[in-house]
Amino acid sequence: MLTHLRPTLVLTTALTVVTGLAYPLAMTGLAGTLFPAKAAGSLVERDGVVVGSALIGQSFTGERYFHGRPSATTAPDPADATKTVAAPYNAANSGGSNLGPTSQALRDRVADDLARLKSENPAAPVPMDLVTTSGSGLDPDISPEAALFQAPRIARTRGLPEDRVRDLVAAQTQDRLLGILGEPRVNVLALNLALDAGQVRTGR
Amino acid sequence: MTLIGWIQIALFCAVVLALVKPLGLYMTRVFTGERTILSPVLRPVERGLYRLAGIDEGQEQHWLAYAGAMVVFHVAGFLVLYGILRLQAVLPLNPADQAAVAPDLAFNTSTSFVTNTNWQSYGGESTLSYLSQMLGLTHQNFLSAASGMAAAVALVRGFSRASTRTLGSFWVDMTRAALYVLLPLCMVLTLFYVWQGMPQTLGAYVDATTLEGGKQTIALGPVASQVAIKMLGTNGGGFFNANAAHPFENPTALANFVQMVTIFAIGAAFTNVFGRMVGDERQGWAILAAMAVLFLAGVVVTYWAEAAGTPLLHALGLQGGNLEGKEVRFGIVASALFAVITTAASCGAVNAMHDSFTALGGMIPLVNMQLGEIIVGGVGAGLYGMLIFVVVAIFVAGLMVGRTPEYLGKKIEAKEVKMAMLGILCLPLMMLGFTALAAVLPAGLAGPANAGPHGFSEILYAYTSAAANNGSAFAGLSANTLFYNTTLAVAMLVGRFFVKIPALAIAGSLAAKKTVPASAGTFPTHGGLFVGLLVGVIVIIGGLTFFPALALGPIVEHLAGLAGQTFATGG
Repeated sequence: MLTHLRPTLVLTTALTVVTGLAYPLAMTGLAGTLFPAKAAGSLVERDGVVVGSALIGQSFTGERYFHGRPSATTAPDPADATKTVAAPYNAANSGGSNLGPTSQALRDRVADDLARLKSENPAAPVPMDLVTTSGSGLDPDISPEAALFQAPRIARTRGLPEDRVRDLVAAQTQDRLLGILGEPRVNVLALNLALDAGQVRTGR
Repeated sequence: MTLIGWIQIALFCAVVLALVKPLGLYMTRVFTGERTILSPVLRPVERGLYRLAGIDEGQEQHWLAYAGAMVVFHVAGFLVLYGILRLQAVLPLNPADQAAVAPDLAFNTSTSFVTNTNWQSYGGESTLSYLSQMLGLTHQNFLSAASGMAAAVALVRGFSRASTRTLGSFWVDMTRAALYVLLPLCMVLTLFYVWQGMPQTLGAYVDATTLEGGKQTIALGPVASQVAIKMLGTNGGGFFNANAAHPFENPTALANFVQMVTIFAIGAAFTNVFGRMVGDERQGWAILAAMAVLFLAGVVVTYWAEAAGTPLLHALGLQGGNLEGKEVRFGIVASALFAVITTAASCGAVNAMHDSFTALGGMIPLVNMQLGEIIVGGVGAGLYGMLIFVVVAIFVAGLMVGRTPEYLGKKIEAKEVKMAMLGILCLPLMMLGFTALAAVLPAGLAGPANAGPHGFSEILYAYTSAAANNGSAFAGLSANTLFYNTTLAVAMLVGRFFVKIPALAIAGSLAAKKTVPASAGTFPTHGGLFVGLLVGVIVIIGGLTFFPALALGPIVEHLAGLAGQTFATGG
């Protein structure tokens, strides 16, 4: 075993430095030069204030904004550090609900959300993604159906014609890559920013 | 299930297949020491390392020395990682002020990265400093993968050589795997991933003011450089708690597609390395064909189950597939496909929460791991795991015709079969033994988040994933406890080394044998009959071993779900 000692020490040290320091640091430098905004987290600013990341969903509860999907992320309980409390879209502690397909807790949660959504828009079927939590709890997107489902509420609270809201959703919808990869989707933050920007213009 | 979905699956298979030959050729040249396109740059570095380490490139090792070097090397890697995790609070690059990792969690995490498992008892963004992620985890991602590749190359040499005592040098094989294969590919992949939107920064977490005026702390870090190797090296340990479901670890459908391809790329190409080194590429294709049959069967079941959705949600009037725990940008098909890939290989990264899959959709990942992750498998580990099953299949074929079994001109005798059985049996012992223990002990029963059969599945999945060195989870299980951290670490160690070392023993024993020329009575091992026999042996061994446990978990849950039954956690 002693014969293995020198190769072990030298290779462990050298390869640790190469793969654990040189590689990530060189990549950080290169990525920061080539794609500075993306390497820094695709942050979105409005009037000089960071309002979020284009890739990270955030919590919307107000009537005047499109809502994202339910989020199961948590945060440490301020009162008792050993416990956690619900903290939707906590981007410092990602995670899913991990509720299984026969979970009573899942059934109860979905039933509650369904009742609320049906009263908001009784005309349309509730899209599956509006009542299910994402794997990360930070899903930035909803399906186009989920956005259109909310169009009547947005039109009402913002005093806009519903057609204009639907046009906005259509304009913000991203299709599959080359028509094949992924799913059609709408980025909720981008949609709401566009909504706010359009609001400013009509107000002028 | 949709046509677009099947096209995505077909496209994935086509790209992986297209990579098998070129990557296989390149890796063969690397491991046989021939000149490659990167030699002008890397050869001087490699030679310098050997000189410093006192390694004579030409000096080959007996299988025992090969295995010994590997074990000593891993012990050193373990100590380095454990030290970094325990000391991270006083080391630099810790902008979020993470405290030292607790001893049992550090033990679990170090074991898990050294064994290429990458089980996440930790939540990356809430536990680890940037230095721990880079110097600790990223570097072990490289080295545990490189060591797996070395072991596979050694086993292939056992088949391709005759009448020799040596299998090559662990130091040389491992260094070449890291320098020539993993590192250059990862550099390209990192830049691609950043272009797709993955962060790569040492800057601190950002506080954003949301549109509604709330505060959102956004965790960042050198993500892309770690994701590149975590997929390519089939490690799977996430930078963030949500792993590849996190938008920063998997921002787009294209990034997701490339990640899936890179999970399989090296493992699939290894079958070609095998074929080339034993002098008959058809032997490699036959192995890959057996893997493909098992893989496609898994994809069909999982995609069907997830697209069909759950009776629980349909009873509430909802329509469509199961989206709980899945991301909109991937949808049903890319989530189902990813789940099968990540468990067929020993990756364990997840882009959707397996815990929330339908009962049968979640059973396939479980089965993939229980078979020993031989469907393409971990880099290197998949090939040596599959070759162990080949030994058993050939043995069974020999018994049927009453002839000494041969494979590639090597007589398969008692020693090889015993070692193969050791490698095969240690997995169910760890998976089922610890599950049984946890299902009766209070410390074990405290873990599951779901009640009923699903809670049992959570425990079974954890030990299966650990012993198979996968690292994915039914993540509802609270595994960051002394009981789970310790028992899971034991399962990981046994699952890694009690397969890898018997594989090296088989290699040593085969290398010493003479090659018997093929005759009219030789069973051809490159045709459909052999592929069918191999698949049959795998399914029978796996099925007989694990069916009772599966019946208690996913199968009974599926039936309960059809009957409209739900389970509430007590208290």
